[in-house]
Amino acid sequence: MIFYHSISELVNRANCKSKCISDIVIEDQAEQMEKSVEDIFEDMEKLFKVMEESVESCLKPDVKYASGRAGGEAYRLKKASDGGKTLAGPMLNSVLVKALAAAESNASMGKIVAAPTAGSCGILPAVTITIMEEYKINRKKVLKSLFSAAAIGMVISNRASLSGAQGGCQAECGAASAMAAGAAVELLDGTPDMISHACAIALKAVLGLVCDPVAGLVEVPCIKRNASGAANAIVAAELALAGINSAIPADEVIDAMKSVGNMIPSCLKETGEGGLAMTKTGRTLYGHLKQCGGSN
Amino acid sequence: MNVFDVLGPIMIGPSSSHTAGAVRIGRIVKILIGENIKEANIIFYGSFAAAYKGHGTDKGIIAGLLGYDVADAEIRDSINIARKRGLSFSFGKSFDDSTHPNMASISAVGKSGKKISITAASTGGGNILVSNINGIEVEFSCQYHTLIVPHRDQPGAISLVTHILAAHNINIASMKVFRKEKKGNAIMVIETDQELDNEISREVRKLPGIIDCIIVYAF
Repeated sequence: MIFYHSISELVNRANCKSKCISDIVIEDQAEQMEKSVEDIFEDMEKLFKVMEESVESCLKPDVKYASGRAGGEAYRLKKASDGGKTLAGPMLNSVLVKALAAAESNASMGKIVAAPTAGSCGILPAVTITIMEEYKINRKKVLKSLFSAAAIGMVISNRASLSGAQGGCQAECGAASAMAAGAAVELLDGTPDMISHACAIALKAVLGLVCDPVAGLVEVPCIKRNASGAANAIVAAELALAGINSAIPADEVIDAMKSVGNMIPSCLKETGEGGLAMTKTGRTLYGHLKQCGGSN
Repeated sequence: MNVFDVLGPIMIGPSSSHTAGAVRIGRIVKILIGENIKEANIIFYGSFAAAYKGHGTDKGIIAGLLGYDVADAEIRDSINIARKRGLSFSFGKSFDDSTHPNMASISAVGKSGKKISITAASTGGGNILVSNINGIEVEFSCQYHTLIVPHRDQPGAISLVTHILAAHNINIASMKVFRKEKKGNAIMVIETDQELDNEISREVRKLPGIIDCIIVYAF
């Protein structure tokens, strides 16, 4: 039985058996849920399909958020890249497009998979789907990588938190980014140690990120933070795959995330009472929404 | 905790606490009343009151009252569906600071005239906690199969019910009894490991002092 209390536990167990982290997680989870391996793959396939649909559904110009604001940012970015305008290059652009699309789908009351939360739902699909397409990776391997991502999320949940109200955005988009970085490393055949370093590097980059949604809604800045979180995952995976190590081990980074989360005042933890929410424009938007009970 | 607690649920956005949680609060009202609802008065508290429209909390609650699940696309159009199905509703806001930040109270009337009022909080990740049924303080989350048994507060009522559960080989995970006053109305909330079937509720309803017996399947 795996306890999911540390990333090092996952790495050691995988190394001992010369297996991928996903292999040991799948075996353990089937046992703990009293289901067959085929059944839990089927359950994961259902989630992945909704992830794909959540991206596809928002690659259009006429997106309207639940607040009544107009969206269409994913479409705008895709159109720019399709027209040859991309600074980041087609692969990273595709990651960003997908992250925005799934997050916009969420904001406009589309069907999404909380991964780990609704507010951070674009990061894991963006990274895994893009790598699957770019590297022609088979679907089963992608599903496997999602088990590794989930295992990383479970450790973060057990050691720290996955809730913006408890840990700030570092616990939502940060955790999603660490999970996606781990999945990316596994998809490109990195070692369990590399997964651990990718997870650490991704989290370190967003340590202290506050949750300061304008009007308390999952729109500003959440949608664009999904794009940043996805890019951050690619950066972390790229470094780890090249053999670059995190000086601070993943478990200690997660502990730091927890202690930083505790130090963040509650006005910066999903209450909409600080940060961007309290800027002049943020307050104007809030006033406008409140006047009509949240528009719509 | 398993991998699907971290990845999932599949849900209609934008917020697990403000949308999915709201759907589940509406849904528990529908389950407890046990029939289609013709009238509902909903009061939002805390952050539910501040931005319920922008989060689709209103649509979520109404969808739940209609019996929809967190992943049903009908949530988006639930207000119109309610009007078509003859469910009339009103929303109110309370800025009482002493309550849970994401809470709603719902008074509903069923097609037959049956009435119910509940208060529940959305506690994060789409989870809910029901805190009041018809004026009696309770506490359950719907994460287990749950037997809700309104009864008269009198000696022996509890053992009669648990006896029936034992005879059906049902293991009790947790059990709490709530009452407003001695010898008045009380509610047993029994969470079980196994699925409950209608035969159990039929048998329980026949017991002396039992007012009703409602099965809530974990959702």
